[in-house]
Amino acid sequence: MRDKILYGLGAFAILILINDIVHIMGLPDEVNQGAIFKIIFFHVPVAITALTAAAVALIASVLFLVTKNFVYDALAVAVTEVGLAFLAANLVTGSLWGRVIWGVYWAWDARLTSALVCWLLYAGYLMLRHAIEEPTQRATFAAVFSIFAFIDVPIVIFSIKWWRTQHPQPVFWGGGSFPSAWLPYFLWNLVAMLLIGTIFTMTRLRQEESQRELDYLRRLAHSM
Amino acid sequence: MGFLHQAFVITVKDLRAELRTKEAVNSSFAFALVILLLFSFAFDSFEETTQQMAGGLLWIVFAFAGTLILNRSFARELPNDCLDALIAAPISGAALFLGKAVANFILVMAVELISLPVFGIFSNVHWTRQFPELMLVLVLGSWGMTIIGTIFSALTVNIRLREVMLPMLTYPILIPPLMGAMQLTSGLVAGTPIAPDTVVWLKVLIGFDVVYTAVSLFLVETVLVG
Repeated sequence: MRDKILYGLGAFAILILINDIVHIMGLPDEVNQGAIFKIIFFHVPVAITALTAAAVALIASVLFLVTKNFVYDALAVAVTEVGLAFLAANLVTGSLWGRVIWGVYWAWDARLTSALVCWLLYAGYLMLRHAIEEPTQRATFAAVFSIFAFIDVPIVIFSIKWWRTQHPQPVFWGGGSFPSAWLPYFLWNLVAMLLIGTIFTMTRLRQEESQRELDYLRRLAHSM
Repeated sequence: MGFLHQAFVITVKDLRAELRTKEAVNSSFAFALVILLLFSFAFDSFEETTQQMAGGLLWIVFAFAGTLILNRSFARELPNDCLDALIAAPISGAALFLGKAVANFILVMAVELISLPVFGIFSNVHWTRQFPELMLVLVLGSWGMTIIGTIFSALTVNIRLREVMLPMLTYPILIPPLMGAMQLTSGLVAGTPIAPDTVVWLKVLIGFDVVYTAVSLFLVETVLVG
């Protein structure tokens, strides 16, 4: 049943994406930036999905520490891995845009730096997990680390206000200039990205569950 | 025995153990010297640009040298199962952590205060011009470094590749306070006091220290006991 729901959601996400891409290709180019502006339709939804993943990882980590239920640990690692992939997509799309507009792939401005810091943080989370053998200790330490890492995330969001920065100011909030007629495509893309993120997470979660079952059977076989 | 007294006992114990062997402080200071020496080849100390990034160089030295001390903090307790005995002792995990953090802070500050004049001589920097403010930045930056380093030292004490994992985990988290400390220190050693446009970095340092001290004290019991 869960498989069928996942397939259904996946098909839905792909349909949304195809529909969006066709429409976005038909939109006129931005006056100053040209066609590369349209990367925002992917760059920002991917970033929001990555942030959502970080928030879910935090909640799952706290729930694990409170309940000691390993389902939450599996969810935390699944969603962190997916979030890391989305953040990587965010960094790559941002670099492509920067190459065209700034002339360089990477400018060390505050938001780029903070996004990279977050990526390294959550990569550290996965490295920490790999380094610990014992499951309970691994889950506990990883949960604690995830909480520490998440506290860094607000710094990412507010850093754009703290530092003078080359990153364009958000065009959606606070006097932005994003045309309201284009907003539906953006929002549908956001829905599609969140859906894809959810599907990846669910798939990864099932792998974790299978792994746990395998571990259990292996222990059982050893004890006999 | 009150909470602070318990923490104080741990601090004294750690400092006494360190002063008897001096292994962490000596290696840390020697390492700082080596990095300063390497910097002298990488950067011409009479160039104006080197003067401008003095704060950055200094904090890289502090971060590298500090890691050596912090790495030893909980690893020192591994032989003879001392860590298990400490955890089993009738004191809270938070007191144990705070005691160790304060001891580490004192050791890190000691290495920094010895490295600072050496850095001043090697890099031709007159670092004493804004001495009180520089000390404030040093204390705030070092405390942030120490608190993160100590809790992660507890986190990584039992795992494979401990020496590699600690800097890999701490440096990304430490980037905001290190940036702040670097910015402020560069200005202060050049003789300019903290101005309204740089005071935000002081706030970053203070905010970071307060938030992570609170979170660490809250979560350390979970880390130590599981």
